[in-house]
Amino acid sequence: MSRLPSLPKLPARGGKERAPLSPQVKIAMVAFGIVLAYALPLLHLPLITTPDSDFAGVLFTMAIYVLVALGLNIVVGYAGLLDLGYVGFYAIGAYSVAVLTAAHGSLPFFAVVPIAVVVAMISGVLLGAPTLRVRGDYLAIVTLGFGEIIRLVATNSDWLGGARGISKVPAPPSIPPNGADGTVTEPLFKIPHLQWDGLVPSIDPDTTTKVLKFGVLDAAPYYWLALTVVLIVLVADVLIKNSRVGRAWEATREDEDAAEMMGVPTFRYKLLAFAIGAFVGGLAGSLFATRQSFVSPMSFQLLLSMLFVAAVVVGGQGNRWGVIIGASLVVYLPERFREFNDFRVLFFGLALMLLAIYRPQGILPPGRTKRARAVQAKLVAVETGTEDEVEHRA
Amino acid sequence: MPELTKESGGAPSSPAPDAPPILEVDNVTLKFGGVTALDGVTFDIKQGEILGLIGPNGAGKTTCFNVMTGVYKPTSGEARFLGTTLAGRKRFEITRLGIARTFQNIRLFRSMTALENVMVGVDTHSTTGVLRALFRTPRQRTEQAYAEKRAHELLELVGIADRAHEFAASLPYGDQRRLEIARALATEPKLLCLDEPAAGFNPAEKEKLLALIRKVRDEGYTVLLIEHDMRLVMGVTDRIVVLEFGRKIAEGSPAEIRDNPAVIAAYLGVDDDDVA
Repeated sequence: MSRLPSLPKLPARGGKERAPLSPQVKIAMVAFGIVLAYALPLLHLPLITTPDSDFAGVLFTMAIYVLVALGLNIVVGYAGLLDLGYVGFYAIGAYSVAVLTAAHGSLPFFAVVPIAVVVAMISGVLLGAPTLRVRGDYLAIVTLGFGEIIRLVATNSDWLGGARGISKVPAPPSIPPNGADGTVTEPLFKIPHLQWDGLVPSIDPDTTTKVLKFGVLDAAPYYWLALTVVLIVLVADVLIKNSRVGRAWEATREDEDAAEMMGVPTFRYKLLAFAIGAFVGGLAGSLFATRQSFVSPMSFQLLLSMLFVAAVVVGGQGNRWGVIIGASLVVYLPERFREFNDFRVLFFGLALMLLAIYRPQGILPPGRTKRARAVQAKLVAVETGTEDEVEHRA
Repeated sequence: MPELTKESGGAPSSPAPDAPPILEVDNVTLKFGGVTALDGVTFDIKQGEILGLIGPNGAGKTTCFNVMTGVYKPTSGEARFLGTTLAGRKRFEITRLGIARTFQNIRLFRSMTALENVMVGVDTHSTTGVLRALFRTPRQRTEQAYAEKRAHELLELVGIADRAHEFAASLPYGDQRRLEIARALATEPKLLCLDEPAAGFNPAEKEKLLALIRKVRDEGYTVLLIEHDMRLVMGVTDRIVVLEFGRKIAEGSPAEIRDNPAVIAAYLGVDDDDVA
């Protein structure tokens, strides 16, 4: 097993092992990454682009899953609460949008999103208030039930469209707005795509994406919307994690009783993690609804909850960059290898198994796990005799 | 049962004998089913002193401690902190009132750094919530900076400042105990309870711990020390309360406790008839 390949050159302290990049370089790299992320659906990069399905559509789904994984990471990774019913909040977000824009109202999409996330958040609090008093496995079982209950309620409620679901969920408003009779106005500007002849790129004047026009055919504008939301949530995640709230979550995860006795109202913080997680889940659900233009109970199967948890665990729970990678892979790999038909699921399963064996902490585990284990190994090495610099400080 | 008068001299730096009590344990009885873990225990801790709570294994020391920190609710009697009863309060509220503790079996936040561990304690008295964290309001930044600075100071106090950025789990055993003390002090306690802080220490380490406990007291904290090791207790406390089988069998200065026949009997063992 590839465990700790580079043990020797360990830094004495956890925080600063790599020479820090200068701020300008960092900003430039981040800016480049963001531009690249936005440009991906236009570039049609060979090898990366999915051959058998619309790449922009795949990217949109990836962005949605990343969003979900970021939200679930707060609950599972930071606060340490195993939530197996996260799809419930996703469904609540999607159904809230569908009900208010199509089934029982005709409010515009952007007016409905805040309502949808608040509804999801309230449901998170309602679920959490009684259930967060149980711990560990019990919580997992209760949340599992919650996810199923939401789906069954949707299936059996005519008001929610029953098993047929709700169709004709409107797209987000285009800018400039389309005519009331459905005539499509000219976009502000169009961006041409690239085309590749082998490894030689050229501009393809025939394929263009209309900016800020949410139509049925081109998924790129939806992807850009979702990506923007992901970036906002990511910034919020960093800010919250690095504050007192993030510390309280981690302390609760590490040792709930000790945290309580260090003055952390653990129940309140667990509930907060649930509410914020539900908020993000609802947000992802509402984006899903508007892109899909159709929601039905079939879209919120239990399997989805498992995939969400898989995305977080595969990436490395507790590390936001890890779960972003995990979520992207969970969506991307099956799409990329669509040519293998049903076997792709088998390969996906195999990949997960290999991962569990060789990287049990996830692809990108939080620095703390990695470094803590490395230091632990060093201590063992010291104890077993290979001591060059024994740290005996007592 | 011989009951000694309290406060008769003690160590040179002991507080005034008439210092006000900070914590009163008033006739506390605690029963678990048919077992009486504490039986009418009464004592108090005075402002600025180091009180030792000792007794043989199973005497009820940790149980008593748990009543004082709100983990257990007494069957009868009550524990009062600064005049208010502790029964029915949430544990984090008790911490905010000013009682902090360390754990007999170390319970750090293992995958957080030493600094973060202490910052969690400092956070007890800050008020930042999600919204202020999101908008990084000036108040949030002040609190964050204060928490960091205060945590550094406390690590300095317990002598592990150079390990601030190491993970709690990777600290050597002795430093983990020190970190626990720093984390407890971070909650700005009026009373610091140490539950067997010297467990697993060698004599040299114990000596250092004694120095640290004195230093903490000199900083103005009141300390309750639960300890097994008689020499450690005798060396640092101003006053000692001895428990056996859930009852208080003696209370007094270290010198008095050393010569107390009931204490000697409890520790060395005497026929039941002789103690009674």
